Amino acid sequence: MLRNLSALFAGALFGAGLLVSGMIDTAKVQGWLDIFGAWDPTLAFVLGGAVLPMIFVWRVAEKRGLSILGTPIPERMPARFDPAFLFGSVMFGAGWALAGFCPGPALASFAYGGWEGALFLLAMVAGMVVAPALSQRLAKA
Amino acid sequence: MDHLPMDWVWGLAGGLMIGAAAGIFLLVNGRIMGASGILGGLADGTAGPTGREKLAFLLGLVAVPPLLVPLYASVSTHVTANPVVLIVAGLLVGIGTRLANGCTSGHGVCGISRFAPRGIVSTLVYLAAGAVTMALARHVLGVI
Repeated sequence: MLRNLSALFAGALFGAGLLVSGMIDTAKVQGWLDIFGAWDPTLAFVLGGAVLPMIFVWRVAEKRGLSILGTPIPERMPARFDPAFLFGSVMFGAGWALAGFCPGPALASFAYGGWEGALFLLAMVAGMVVAPALSQRLAKA
Repeated sequence: MDHLPMDWVWGLAGGLMIGAAAGIFLLVNGRIMGASGILGGLADGTAGPTGREKLAFLLGLVAVPPLLVPLYASVSTHVTANPVVLIVAGLLVGIGTRLANGCTSGHGVCGISRFAPRGIVSTLVYLAAGAVTMALARHVLGVI
């Protein structure tokens, strides 16, 4: 129960932060990526604001080893960069630029984003559903 | 002037809220706040016993912003109305984030702050791919 309440609160705060920061506005996100056009540096302030407190949180979390509710803190991933990882990062960057949405803001704006936002979200979820099969094919190839 | 510095202040304030949300999810629940991992795990059925807290997180994320929208004079996603662009972009983001195992929140916010090599590399790659795509699609092809 506590676990779900905490998750609900974290999700709510994440959504509110995305709204306040302007990251649900695809024009601002595309402006950040448009380095040859009217470049908009806002996203750097958002990322900086989010990363700074998290540097401190990671130090505390890794020292504790366990979360407050007793879940082990996720282990560090080995520094492996397989083709699926790199290819996936490229695909994500391309899609992010085309629509100006990444998964968080696409979800945060779902209830007022119109049919356009809903269509993007539908395609994104479809992509997530087929991704494991694709990833297995890539590993075999 | 399109980009008033007030936007930067709001960006920083919202960013701190995002960082606090990630901090709570990590310190209390012991989970990494990655939007693509949370949604993707539910979509492809790999969430397992973490499904309930992932669903609770999504509920907060989807339900709370519309409650705050009336506080703003004008909120718009300014998203394109071109269905082909929306579908292609959605598929790329959905497949790409699952193959890369993270997006702007998981690799960007949570990975960079942990100085995690995969988080830093993925972020540099998707930023570069995004800037190149933007240059081609907007300034060469003129499709967005």
